[in-house]
Amino acid sequence: MTSLPNPEERAGGRSLALLVDLDTCVGCHACAVNCKEWNTGGRFGPLSDRDAYGARPEGAWLNRIHSFETGEGEAGRTVYFPKNCYHCEQAPCVTVCPTGASYKRPEDGIVLVAEDLCMGCGLCAWACPYGAREMDPVEQVMRKCTLCIDRIYNEELEEIDRVPACVATCPAGARHFGDFADPDSEVSRLVRERGGFAVMEELGTAPTARYLPPRRRSPAAPSPPTAEEPESEEPVGRLLAWVDRMLSD
Amino acid sequence: MHPALSIILFTTSSGAGYGMLFLIGSTAALDLLPASRGFGLAATALALGFVTFGLVSSVFHLGHPERAWRALSQWRSSWLSREAVAAAASYLPALVLALGWTVAGEIGGVWRLAALLTAVGAVATVFCTAMIYRSLRAIPRWHSPWTVPGYLLYALITGGIWLLVLFYLFGETPPTPLLHGLPSAVIATWLVQAAAWKWADGAPATATVASATGLGPPGAVRLLDPPHSESNYLLREMAFQIGRKHARKLRRVTVLSAFALPLAIGLLLPFASRLVALPASFLAALSMSLGVVVQRWLFFAEARHTVTLYYGAETV
Repeated sequence: MTSLPNPEERAGGRSLALLVDLDTCVGCHACAVNCKEWNTGGRFGPLSDRDAYGARPEGAWLNRIHSFETGEGEAGRTVYFPKNCYHCEQAPCVTVCPTGASYKRPEDGIVLVAEDLCMGCGLCAWACPYGAREMDPVEQVMRKCTLCIDRIYNEELEEIDRVPACVATCPAGARHFGDFADPDSEVSRLVRERGGFAVMEELGTAPTARYLPPRRRSPAAPSPPTAEEPESEEPVGRLLAWVDRMLSD
Repeated sequence: MHPALSIILFTTSSGAGYGMLFLIGSTAALDLLPASRGFGLAATALALGFVTFGLVSSVFHLGHPERAWRALSQWRSSWLSREAVAAAASYLPALVLALGWTVAGEIGGVWRLAALLTAVGAVATVFCTAMIYRSLRAIPRWHSPWTVPGYLLYALITGGIWLLVLFYLFGETPPTPLLHGLPSAVIATWLVQAAAWKWADGAPATATVASATGLGPPGAVRLLDPPHSESNYLLREMAFQIGRKHARKLRRVTVLSAFALPLAIGLLLPFASRLVALPASFLAALSMSLGVVVQRWLFFAEARHTVTLYYGAETV
């Protein structure tokens, strides 16, 4: 079971994963919150916390938003970097599992944990280069992003809601979900057009998920307006300038 | 990596046990062991005791120990599962050998097959243990060509020194290959450990924060804010790191107590009377075991996981 699906089994299978646009992500953590919300109440819940309302709360989350700075001076910028499971084609977390709890589905490439088989040894979390797996502090089994498998195939939900909770909630439209094996899918098109990339590929994991890079800032961007000297030829502007002078004395 | 006591005890204790089982099995197969029942009972009991203590303490590391038996199922892909299978399978020939030795009072003839299988099983189990670490690419210090020879040699020398103590305790003459081979094995382990440290210290970075985020060339990406205000499983388990100064000190402790002192004692043992040899070998065994525990602690504490790249590390 913890052998990866062989090429014949995977042939024709989909490669579902997330695509995160690092240009538009505003770092609001709504995706992480909704992920926690859905997955603690959904089919795979609870997704536990310890000391949730105490001084040192700690818990399992399937999505974490890291923040980085890149570039220097004028070219410097802040990039929010949401990170969850990349549903790797060569998932090292799957093959190390001794009990058969970890597996990769041949039909859609989703990497899952059968929690009733998990003995909580933590080896899969060591094997994942990305830190995508976290031990549930109460249930003592390994947790990871399921791509909200209980949403995306859920016929009780409206079709528009059959996307992972993080994608459904993102207010900036920075998260996309789709089939990377299908060249005509929206995620494949975005990856082609925007130069989508995977991370830490040198570890041989062949991640499915991709990021879209921050766009280059336009060099002609005007310097931002300041509020120092309100100057205008408009009557209202002149009036305000006069008020400003009177109040400044 | 977090140096969990249960895993350190498991790898060191079961390592010594399998080292002993290998030496008992191979020397029994070569007819070099005394057929004395008391010695046989003590030797197999101590070896299996080390192994069992190690395996039991490893179970304390699990979130669901009651599901540990499932670890026997995935030997096709998982080194941890292979280790579990090899460990379980090794008990059988070891117990048959113990039976032949202590009850039947002989270790030749039909018991020789059990002796051979015991030796093979012991090597296979330690090999699998080492491969669990060797196979993890996310932890470059473990993904080293020196990990497997290191584990095998540490098992051999710790098992060897404890077996030697038993020989003196029972007033038996240790077989020449054991007595004269041990110092060379200690030197070999010392060399492999030195090579492993040198390799790990000089190895080029496996991954960088640039490759982990895809955000520009190395040096241009800096962590701005952590993703969570409190600690989490990832940080506790994988971001443990020991200061370089302490690491250097602890390496010296390892060298002195695991290699230098036992080597000096081991070289003198052939010339010592039993009265001196027993306490001297016991001191060497204690010192070596302490040294190997420190080495194993360092093996974890010095190892860095690529996930730390998302928490401020520049390279791993």
